[in-house]
Amino acid sequence: MRVATETKTAAERLVQRKHLLGLEEMTKEEILLILDTAKSFKEIFTRSVKKVPTLRGKTVVNLFFENSTRTRTSFEIAAKRLSADVVNFSVSTSSVTKGETLLDTARTIEAMGADFIVMRHGTSGAPWFLSRRNRAAVINAGDGTHEHPTQGLLDAYTILEHKKRFEGLKVVILGDISHSRVARSNIWALTKLGAQVTICGPRTLIPSSFADYGVRVSYDLKEAISDADVINLLRIQLERQQRNLFPSIREYRLLYQINEQRLAMAKPDVLIMHPGPINRGVEISQEVADGPHSVILEQVTNGVAVRMAVLYLLAGSRGLDEAEED
Amino acid sequence: MSILIQNGRVIDPASGRDEAMDVLIEDSKIARVAKGIQANADETIDAKNKIVAPGFVDMHVHLREPGREDKENIHSGTRAAAAGGFTSVCAMPNTTPVCDTAQGLQFLASRARDNAVVNILPVAAVTVGQAGEAIVEFGDLVYYGAVAFSDDGNPIMNAEIMCRALEYTSMFNVPILDHCDNVDLSKDGQMRSGANSVRLGLKGIPPASESSQVARDIDLAQYTGGRVHICHVSVRQSVRHVANAKKSGVNVTCEATPHHLTLTDAAMEGYDANFKVNPPLGSEDDRRALIEGLRDGTIDCIATDHAPHTDMEKDNVMTEAPFGVIGLESAFPVLYTDLVLTGEIGLNLLLEKITIAPSRILNLKKGTLAEGADADIVVLDLDEEYAIDPQKFFSRSHNCPFVGKQVKGRPVATIVGGRVVFRDGQIVT
Repeated sequence: MRVATETKTAAERLVQRKHLLGLEEMTKEEILLILDTAKSFKEIFTRSVKKVPTLRGKTVVNLFFENSTRTRTSFEIAAKRLSADVVNFSVSTSSVTKGETLLDTARTIEAMGADFIVMRHGTSGAPWFLSRRNRAAVINAGDGTHEHPTQGLLDAYTILEHKKRFEGLKVVILGDISHSRVARSNIWALTKLGAQVTICGPRTLIPSSFADYGVRVSYDLKEAISDADVINLLRIQLERQQRNLFPSIREYRLLYQINEQRLAMAKPDVLIMHPGPINRGVEISQEVADGPHSVILEQVTNGVAVRMAVLYLLAGSRGLDEAEED
Repeated sequence: MSILIQNGRVIDPASGRDEAMDVLIEDSKIARVAKGIQANADETIDAKNKIVAPGFVDMHVHLREPGREDKENIHSGTRAAAAGGFTSVCAMPNTTPVCDTAQGLQFLASRARDNAVVNILPVAAVTVGQAGEAIVEFGDLVYYGAVAFSDDGNPIMNAEIMCRALEYTSMFNVPILDHCDNVDLSKDGQMRSGANSVRLGLKGIPPASESSQVARDIDLAQYTGGRVHICHVSVRQSVRHVANAKKSGVNVTCEATPHHLTLTDAAMEGYDANFKVNPPLGSEDDRRALIEGLRDGTIDCIATDHAPHTDMEKDNVMTEAPFGVIGLESAFPVLYTDLVLTGEIGLNLLLEKITIAPSRILNLKKGTLAEGADADIVVLDLDEEYAIDPQKFFSRSHNCPFVGKQVKGRPVATIVGGRVVFRDGQIVT
């Protein structure tokens, strides 16, 4: 594997970065370096042996305080394709309430000799907390309603693969922005990369203060998606309706569902993205989810490549690359 | 027993006095305040280049005894107070069990007799068990020494209960210390809602969760003639409500904390739970409103809301860590450094807000250097510069948001009832 040399300053910076916590704190160059590295890893996927020895002898622990089969599996495959040993450490929230704090759990895992901790936690900021207290490299696999950096990176990667650029692209992020870590990581990545980002949804789910960061805020779907190059849909969760953040799934569908009729308002080559899992018939119609504009499964494939790139680059920063072979 | 404090700059906001004078203490009272006092005192304190002021009064302190002595107790909490220049502290009733009966007050008094080095002014609960359902025996509790009532930490959501409590306590001329928070609006919140909470992904607490309750309770005080004191005001809209109420003659007073006066929600950036407080740190505009309120008198006094929590509890992710910070040992240096030395308010106004102002709200004959008053006095060195280090605190807890902050100003002697209890960094017993 070779790291692209044209972004050497970014490579140097990333080499100094010990953890991948969030995209807000990363530079455009660092993000582009990860996307570029992911591209070389994706090429491996077409080979019959989809494995490189880069992380041989290293241990990656998936520490998930919230259920997530997709993200956990994606990290697991990424780590295994780099020849790392992978352990899944699932912690139900009930064992935390039994008295073991995150700190105790993390120390236990550290004592077992983990090199990487891939963590998902229900509390925003938990990976920052952990990274200050632990020797292992921490990769944020989603923290509360804050960030999900590898999702933001794989979304950016997917957009770049199709559109070949970010500058001037109109990207609409649609749905529950308030409670979405995917939205935040997308916003930071895409605005840094030069795309024009619009967030759209019911006012109770749209934090208007994102306007301070150059994001367009809209409550009107038709206005938001006209001429859009990309529409990234977020999952609508029933519990939000139960807290009266919107009146009903029916009304949400009426106002904000992307169906074929509405798709026609966007650009003819619009990309439809979704981090999954999809609520078919709620935020997205069956036809659109399975239609020609949808790149939802490509996102999943790209997720593995992006996560390999992140593990690889962080390993370099930690002097873990002695196992690397040409 | 007599003590002569010589050559200090005596500042007594109650009388407006601010000049170089001596103070003579005989037994537990202030005997004389004059220039060049000649007296054969048992002890002499040289206060040259120092400030001599009334001992500070803190209306809002959680001593945690009984129940959570691992966080603080009367022994440690009153030592922290003395080291911070406080000679009287209100003990909040949210202990285990809640202080809602005369027995609770008697327990506190007996523990104070054995362990306290400053005056403890007990605050009793407004409702039984602070459950917000049944009002306590206010009359009996006043008889046994309660100076005020509060369900602090458990805001009284039921307006009828609040109305009855204000009406009933108006018979005794004691204030209800009112933690204003509409818990329906603040539920699960971690910090003040705004651009920073959105960015950090932490659930926001809207300013209206405080200010709407402030408005409600001002209206109830106006209607009942009861006395409401709004605790730890933190948002501009609350300051507005209080200012308007005072203009129309409502019996309302309020306090602000050192942390709300000097910090903003930007401090939440690093996800450090030592900045997680209730009410949460506000915006810079809110902070400006509090400082303006101090100047124009809308904000009557400063209280610390000293809320000790163990390292273990605070060293956790944001949603798991409890609300609250300690304040007794950092209050004066932080306020002096960030408000007085920056020119926001004068030293005399600061001293007024932590001496005579809270004393008046609580109907105490304290917070003054008048001859005949209780000899509760602090001597302050304004020149000493140092970094705040909670590991050196007398408090059992370290949850201080000012760790490492460079400050000026430190109490060098604290006298309670004519007895030196703190001198040059040491507790004297």
